[in-house]
Amino acid sequence: MILPFLDNSEIKFLQGNEACVKAALAVGCRFFAGYPITPSTEIAEGMAKELPKVNGTFIQMEDEIASLGAVIGASICGVKSLTATSGPGFSLKQEHIGYAVIAEIPCVIVNVMRGGPSTGLPTLPAQGDVMQARWGTHGDHPAIVLSPSSVREYYDLTIKAFNLSEKFRTPVILLPDEVIAHTREKVEIPKETRIINRQLPAPDANKAKHQPYAVNSADGVPVIPNFGEGFRFNITGLVHDATGFPAATPEITEKLLLRIHKKIAAGDNEIKGIEINLARNSDIVVLSYGSSFRSGAQAASETGVGTVKLTTLFPFPDKEIKELAKKVKTIIVVEMNLGQLVREVERAVAGQSPHGGLVKVYGINISNGLLIHPEIIVRKIKECQKT
Amino acid sequence: MVNLKELAVREDSLCGGHRACTGCGAPIIVRQVLLASKDPVVITSATGCLEVVTTIFPYTAWKVPFLHNAFENSAATCSGIEAAYQSLKRQGKIKADHINFVAFGGDGGTYDIGFQSLSGAMERGHDMLYVCYNNEAYMNTGVQRSSATPMGAATTTAPPGKLRAGKTQFSKNLTEIMVAHGLPYIAQSAVGFWRDLTSKAEKAFNIRGPKFINALQPCQLGWGYDPALTPEMGRLAAETCIWPLYEVENGVYKLNYRPKEKKPVTEFFKPQSRFRHLLRPGNEAVVATIQKEVDRRWEALLKNCEEKIA
Repeated sequence: MILPFLDNSEIKFLQGNEACVKAALAVGCRFFAGYPITPSTEIAEGMAKELPKVNGTFIQMEDEIASLGAVIGASICGVKSLTATSGPGFSLKQEHIGYAVIAEIPCVIVNVMRGGPSTGLPTLPAQGDVMQARWGTHGDHPAIVLSPSSVREYYDLTIKAFNLSEKFRTPVILLPDEVIAHTREKVEIPKETRIINRQLPAPDANKAKHQPYAVNSADGVPVIPNFGEGFRFNITGLVHDATGFPAATPEITEKLLLRIHKKIAAGDNEIKGIEINLARNSDIVVLSYGSSFRSGAQAASETGVGTVKLTTLFPFPDKEIKELAKKVKTIIVVEMNLGQLVREVERAVAGQSPHGGLVKVYGINISNGLLIHPEIIVRKIKECQKT
Repeated sequence: MVNLKELAVREDSLCGGHRACTGCGAPIIVRQVLLASKDPVVITSATGCLEVVTTIFPYTAWKVPFLHNAFENSAATCSGIEAAYQSLKRQGKIKADHINFVAFGGDGGTYDIGFQSLSGAMERGHDMLYVCYNNEAYMNTGVQRSSATPMGAATTTAPPGKLRAGKTQFSKNLTEIMVAHGLPYIAQSAVGFWRDLTSKAEKAFNIRGPKFINALQPCQLGWGYDPALTPEMGRLAAETCIWPLYEVENGVYKLNYRPKEKKPVTEFFKPQSRFRHLLRPGNEAVVATIQKEVDRRWEALLKNCEEKIA
């Protein structure tokens, strides 16, 4: 007898980083450049083994900076490209992330979060890179940051990361923590994969006249040709005009910066990743992401309160959190850091006052290399339930 | 030339009880280098096996000042410490007449990510010795290829299979790149030749300015051999001329070891699982390519050393 769910999926027992490799291949990633670093190395090892089988390219680079450099080079030639790293390597990659933002080159950067700062805790989990993922590279820039809370979600978000990066022509940061990267779980892998590819000029486009950074559509995303296909254009990290050549007038500068921000905001519905489950008899919710959400969900089920799971951390879901603030009195934010996303929640709910009193936001912020135990969260929930 | 009687009574700077694997060559290199220092030493270390196994909280195996920075900047950090020492000495704030500043790095932290920092430190001419404990791959993260990995070796990011036989490139000749920096002293040595390594370190410590030693460090885990054979692996590397022992002092080359009979590279491959696939039928061409390059490099070295070629 064939069980019905086997018809359209494949059941696997996978490690998080293995799921990332499988998803990257499924969505059409054919280039990986990276550098060994715990706890992300399995992604490089998996790509080294699998990419040659599908005629893809794996390159181990001489360092972290070069890895993202090669990924950017491959991507502008039209190949979906990935790199994977952890804290110290993510710090080194920041300049290139900004370059990919302003030159509008799609790429996916996996940063498996370990304890920091510096070499920190190479083999232990943390969620201390959340604000770095948002603001790490210099200058005003938008950011798309996704964070999975299970191996299956890691698979799905890898696909989503590539799709968003192609659609909006922007780097996407995938932020699993060490627990999710190294946990083995049963994963149902869907047979069908939704694939979005970047917009390219029409085959009959005028190669001499096409302006790579001109934007004619409402989505704010330019139609940049693949490098080496006969179009004559310039790619640079300098502020540039529609031709891609440097131009630093106040008008051009402002227009470019506003557009790269607006194109991400305009796509909000596509980018959104939030699951809200309110409890019928409680006005308390536990809000979390990554492996901390697993502890939060366990604590919530023991105490009968609601949960909010974020899989997209940035752009931060301001609208949804404001709506949430109208329905609940207390939001408990659980994260393995000394207080990062909790500040975004506080900012979003500021001034919201359901039932006559302000919404209370509490952070459970522990960063000691250990997964946050549900018991700690239960204690806080019970405290809130009393008042 | 150092003598064993004299060395035996000196105190080790790195003590036993650290957590290196059985048969690890890295602590051997550290001890044999530091035994040669008559002055106080200050150590910096890149991220890597050496740093990890010698400093696991709450213990340290070091009896001397030891500073670990990031993966890419052992030489840069050592530069800063040495420059500060020179300044403090000028101001009369530090009494020590001379301190030996020693930077350690594995091949990843030296050949690859730390290369820029090494090159900068050597070019600026800091009075320091940089020692690369070269085990020819990223062993600390689980055996990934580096630019020091020899052609044909299996690593997790250069796996042998139907499409290729392990790593497809030759190793980078870092010792020669350091020669091109014009340093007063550069040497290549290996575990298995204690007198050679300690004598070279002694020579380096007696020279003021930037010095570089590239020491081949057999790694039983990444190379896949019986841990009892660590010194034997270093000797085989020299006997096959894969890893010649030589030094360059003020631009003058000197060969320190010439095998009576040059063994074929396969003698070095046989005890190691990282080369196992090369000895299977079908990979003869790869072995021949490796042998040819080893011969070419060996002959070029003999020429530089003004030694007879055959």
